[in-house]
Amino acid sequence: MDIYTRRRIANSTVMSLSVLATAFGVLWLVLVLWTLLENGIAAITPALFSEMTPPPGSTGGLLNAIFGSVVMTLIATLVGTPTGVLAGTFLAEYSRGSRFGEVVRFINDILLSAPSIIVGLFVYELMVVRMGHFSAWAGAMALAIIVVPVVVRTTEDMLNLVPNALREAAAALGSPKWKVIVMVSYRAAIQGMVTGVMLAVARIAGETAPLLFTALNNQFWSVDLNAPMANLPVVIFQFAMSPYADWQVLAWGGALLITITVLFLNIGARILTSWSAFKQ
Amino acid sequence: MSPPTAAARVAMSSALTVTGAAVAEPMAPQKAVIRNVDFFYDKFRALKNVSLPLHDKRVTAFIGPSGCGKSTLLRVLNRIYELYPGQRATGEVLVDGENILAPGLDLNLLRAKIGMVFQKPTPFPMSIYDNIAFGIRLYDKVSRSVLDDRVESALRRAAIWDEVKDKLRQSGLGLSGGQQQRLCIARAVAVEPEILLLDEPASALDPLSTQRIEELIAELKSDYCIAIVTHNMQQAARSSDYTAFMYLGELIEFDETERMFTAPKQKQTEDYITGRFG
Repeated sequence: MDIYTRRRIANSTVMSLSVLATAFGVLWLVLVLWTLLENGIAAITPALFSEMTPPPGSTGGLLNAIFGSVVMTLIATLVGTPTGVLAGTFLAEYSRGSRFGEVVRFINDILLSAPSIIVGLFVYELMVVRMGHFSAWAGAMALAIIVVPVVVRTTEDMLNLVPNALREAAAALGSPKWKVIVMVSYRAAIQGMVTGVMLAVARIAGETAPLLFTALNNQFWSVDLNAPMANLPVVIFQFAMSPYADWQVLAWGGALLITITVLFLNIGARILTSWSAFKQ
Repeated sequence: MSPPTAAARVAMSSALTVTGAAVAEPMAPQKAVIRNVDFFYDKFRALKNVSLPLHDKRVTAFIGPSGCGKSTLLRVLNRIYELYPGQRATGEVLVDGENILAPGLDLNLLRAKIGMVFQKPTPFPMSIYDNIAFGIRLYDKVSRSVLDDRVESALRRAAIWDEVKDKLRQSGLGLSGGQQQRLCIARAVAVEPEILLLDEPASALDPLSTQRIEELIAELKSDYCIAIVTHNMQQAARSSDYTAFMYLGELIEFDETERMFTAPKQKQTEDYITGRFG
């Protein structure tokens, strides 16, 4: 067999394997989404957004859980994003080649892959035990701890992609370092950094374990951040495991809702960043 | 910076004897004098005792094979190397008599005074207008109308105004390579530097854009002291008044360009210029 035939065969073999692997991955994704849509669509009613979580056997919605999830995700993002961006900036712009930077990066990577239940237990010990009760604050804090390493990592990675030539060009004009970072590096990396924050939001939107130990759940409408607060993941967890059919429907609805929200957040982020890049 | 002191003038003349170059009269005033400069990338010595003057309102070209240290020398002049730990320079670079390698010098002010254009065009991810205004805003608080004027005059000086005047609000990234490079030159001159460092400014451009850049250099010469690194021998011959030939971190020869290209003193210079090596 001549070398060209051999190469052609090798090429098509690897190509087929790649396509198969992609198809394998996409298949499960499609199946998950399809199942979700099939079971959840029935629960998407006006009542889902206007009524509280019901006791078994009566009708209701997920309003308190939706509200709780939005509030805790928002607080966690507001706390975690600046922290993560600043730490990522430190790693990418200030600590290059330093021992301390390497240690911080290593620890951050560990935190990134830490099981979220550990984070939940940690905040439980730190806040819930000391305060004597579950609270939305504790829930938001647990989620924030999950946000930080994701944002640190993506911020650092995106800043590392900014060519040094760009930093040199800005510095060569006499720009102080902080201005080089804010005006040039951030602008060049903003799309990736926003994507990183979106990924973090998507991740915490579905986190159950940390909330189980911190915010717990609340059957009723509550805006008190110092009290237990309902949230979608824990409600889904509780309702899906229950033997009641109407609870199960609501759980499917909640799951679909989270998925759709994450989808739209991502689409929104893409539009926002491409629009701002275009405008510049 | 202050006018050259007596000591600095002595230093300048001794710099000339070090290089052994005899520069014909009438001599343009020396804007900068590089004296016994060594440069280290960690332990690697990239420049070895380099000394030469840079004349005001003249173009000095640096030629030599890759890795000879010509870009490194340019990067010493605005101390841009200090962005990277492990890189250091010793010796003296006197600009108007003041040693810019001295510790404690305000690097940002120095870099505002000594502009630099890089090999690859480096437009910032912002509008054409903001690319130019960026440097101006750093050191001058000016009104909107003054800023507009300075942006326009910088773009005119870089011979790119006519091409961009209708799209100042569009991204600088949307321009062609040659336009981007002229935008970068405009950005550098907008800060009104005294010395302009050009690190192979045309090597990534097509012949037509290269020609425009060379014409631009000829025009800018009347206002600035210009140092240009180039791999292109013809470009050095065409656009410079003085030429420095470097090899393996050493300055082999420095002379007026005309003499350098017609009657080089060193065998190595002749071999390089005639294309026998490098």
